[in-house]
Amino acid sequence: MPETTTDTSSNGFEPRIVAFFCNWCTYLAADLAGTSRMKYAPNARVIRVMCSGRVDPQFVLEALANGADGVLIGGCHPGDCHYQEGNYKALRRFKLLQRMVADLGVEEERLRLEWISAAEADRVRVVMDEMTDQLRRLGPFRHEEAVMAIAAQQPQEVPV
Amino acid sequence: MSGPSLNGDTRIGVYVCHCGTNIAGPIDVEAVTEYAAGLPGVVVARAYKYMCSDPGQELITHDILEEGLDRVVVASCSPSLHEETFRRAVAKGGVNPYLFQMVNIREHGSWVHDDVEMATAKAKDLVRAGVARVRFHRPLEPRRVPVDGSAMVVGGGIAGIHAALTLANAGKHVYLVEREPTIGGHMAQFDKTFPTLDCAACILTPKMTQVRNHPNITLWTMAEVVEVDGFVGAYRVKVRHEPRFIIEDACVGCLECIDVCVFRNGKTPDEFNLGLSKRKPIYIPFPQAVPQVVVIDPEACIEFRAGCRKKTCVEVCADRNAIDFQQVATFDEVEVGTIVLATGFKTFDAGRIPYYGYGRYDNVYTALEVERLVNAAGPTTGEVVLRDGRTPQSVGIIHCVGSRDENTNTHCSRVCCMYSLKLAHLMKEKTGAEVYNFYIDMRTPGKGMEEFYNRVGSEGVHFIRGKVGDVYPEAGDTGRLVLQAEDTLLGRIRKIPVDMVVLATGIEPQSDAEDVRRLFNITCSAGGFFMERHPKLAPVSTFTDGVFLAGTCQGPRDIPDTVAQAGAAAAEALALIDAGSILLEPNTAFVSAEDCSGCKTCIGMCPYQAIAHIDGKAVINEVLCKGCGTCVAACPSGAIHQNLFDDDEIFEEILGVLIHA
Ligand SMILES: Cc1cc2nc3c(=O)[nH]c(=O)nc-3n(C[C@H](O)[C@H](O)[C@H](O)COP(=O)(O)OP(=O)(O)OC[C@H]3O[C@@H](n4cnc5c(N)ncnc54)[C@H](O)[C@@H]3O)c2cc1C
Ligand code: FES
Repeated sequence: MPETTTDTSSNGFEPRIVAFFCNWCTYLAADLAGTSRMKYAPNARVIRVMCSGRVDPQFVLEALANGADGVLIGGCHPGDCHYQEGNYKALRRFKLLQRMVADLGVEEERLRLEWISAAEADRVRVVMDEMTDQLRRLGPFRHEEAVMAIAAQQPQEVPV
Repeated sequence: MSGPSLNGDTRIGVYVCHCGTNIAGPIDVEAVTEYAAGLPGVVVARAYKYMCSDPGQELITHDILEEGLDRVVVASCSPSLHEETFRRAVAKGGVNPYLFQMVNIREHGSWVHDDVEMATAKAKDLVRAGVARVRFHRPLEPRRVPVDGSAMVVGGGIAGIHAALTLANAGKHVYLVEREPTIGGHMAQFDKTFPTLDCAACILTPKMTQVRNHPNITLWTMAEVVEVDGFVGAYRVKVRHEPRFIIEDACVGCLECIDVCVFRNGKTPDEFNLGLSKRKPIYIPFPQAVPQVVVIDPEACIEFRAGCRKKTCVEVCADRNAIDFQQVATFDEVEVGTIVLATGFKTFDAGRIPYYGYGRYDNVYTALEVERLVNAAGPTTGEVVLRDGRTPQSVGIIHCVGSRDENTNTHCSRVCCMYSLKLAHLMKEKTGAEVYNFYIDMRTPGKGMEEFYNRVGSEGVHFIRGKVGDVYPEAGDTGRLVLQAEDTLLGRIRKIPVDMVVLATGIEPQSDAEDVRRLFNITCSAGGFFMERHPKLAPVSTFTDGVFLAGTCQGPRDIPDTVAQAGAAAAEALALIDAGSILLEPNTAFVSAEDCSGCKTCIGMCPYQAIAHIDGKAVINEVLCKGCGTCVAACPSGAIHQNLFDDDEIFEEILGVLIHA
């Protein structure tokens, strides 16, 4: 398993979360949480994409295969996508992805999709804390097994 | 498709910002910088107090020249704040501005985490990912799109009027879309305006007339935007015109038709007077309405139900022939470069606080109703007569109704204290009544406001600091209502009987603000008002390029502030139009033809019909593509790429946040 920098806490397991936030809603909500000086768990690393519809299921698998204990996708509320319906595409992919990773034995708490508007800074805080907490309780993701399984099952057809 | 310089000898510069103590407090900036220096491809890593300052930016330009940097990473605030700043600095050094990556360690780091060790570790992860990703960046050119020279203003209150006039005076063509039969908005309903007590009509109606007569303004009343397409510089807007049943160009505003209507007296509650009077089926909202054109209300006019035998209105209109019962809704489609939203506010529904008795006791009024009552052009020609015909001898004004209240709205509506003082003054002036203001805090910031408060105080108006908890009829059939409140200055309960209760209802977002926001692809803030791009630095812009905000649709404010903001919105729109073109982020998608299998999966993904199938391959029209990347994620062959967010860049970022190099 590759060495990571996040696992610094000595008194317990600190999960690593990779988050994909859309540029127009959830990323801005996270910015607003910052400007509002809200405090939340430092476990997630946010990757900015223009729209949740950009999130390729392979991104999620890649994160899980490389040390993430959970993956969070954040987009605009249904009907609010800056590009009209990217988030519906994201939702469809997410449903398929959930089924797929469940087949691989991955606990469902490890994947999360949230609609958070640019104004809902507090929702970012709550979701970050909740997910971190859940993953803490769940324990580390068994990357080695998953890597094997994912490698074996690398989807040929990406769900759309 | 991979980046050109993965040959190990990329020369990356990393700059970590202290942002004073904003970042350097909770994050060990030196440790992050030191860590960055050891990352592959990094030749310079520096920390600096304020990277966005001139010397900070010069560090970058200088290092590009001295150290031969070909890629730059800045770890500081959110890209929405300073990405452009640093791109410019990079370009100044002679490197393509897109060979740059910004890492957000303030909004997503130091400001949200306390634990120095954890926050620093996170910052290192993010910097590592930025460095990993930037190696894959490709030089790009921003897209330049032309900006149409005309503008649309939605909403014809004082905000929309002022914005439209400013744009029109600058020689731009403006479509002003108002859904009511007249422009003017709330201000048209007032008698006087605080704090100067200017006559509202005297200052507003000349502007309304200017709008009507301006050669550069197309005024559409009874109209609403139903569809918005396109993008900044070239919005295509579809507008629906409600039938007025009057041919606007033919009506001369003589109003004779109203006189001769078969309805001797009005039967329909008059919207403009908030139901304090009745109007006929054919009417004009108020005497100075713009346009000076009557309206027929099909709900009330008997021609639309049983057929009117006399049609006296048609008769009197004679050869002007302005009345047309056959009118149906029509549509217009126009192209505009920019849009100013000025859809205003609605007042809080007083019925939501039942213990104030609005709708239950006749003599409980909302402030807006009182604005009509004290108005010389109002239903009582300015005489304050109660619903029971009496003139009030005592009046209680309850502040903050539907404001600063956990159960309704938590925000302060900003104008209620001031307009309550105005109404107190006017009531006293007109009736000599004793006036009691029940307030939580007196809020009178701004030019001339505190002075006005003092003036009203010296006129003998009473101020009681306390929230009214109950309004009930006085015993003994006096017709009076008792206001019960705890006077928090005296520390005791007071029960004051009054003839008239005025509820200072607060300012709320329009009830269809959600629909309008969706239509124009913008965001609402937590309270439901339209959200500005940045509360301080871009207060009239939105996250949608070319769409600006003016007036109370963005938040509660008074007329002076509304007008100032409308001017600002018009100026921003003007800047865009006069530039003639705008640069767009080059984050579009493109197809690598050799990898495309022609499966057409992508075509249905695109909300903009930007993808065509030509000769067995997908082809993306760069002009139509808005860069969401949904097709990229959907392509089963990995044949679609997105500039700035390509697979290799994102995969590197994922590995970057997770794995030590
Ligand atoms: C009781 C009361 C008294 C006040 N007294 C004062 C005072 O004395 N002095 C002062 O400075 N301020 C006063 N104010 C505040 C003042 O009313 C506002 O600052 C001002 O009216 C805001 O103007 P606006 O153009 O933003 O909104 P509005 O006046 O609300 O105008 C919005 C316009 O947009 C139209 N519209 C809405 N939605 C659409 C749509 N979807 N499509 C097309 N058109 C649409 C509406 O019909 C309306 O004409 C008072 C407010 C209240 C409630
Ligand atoms: S832009 Fe936010 S989900 Fe599409």
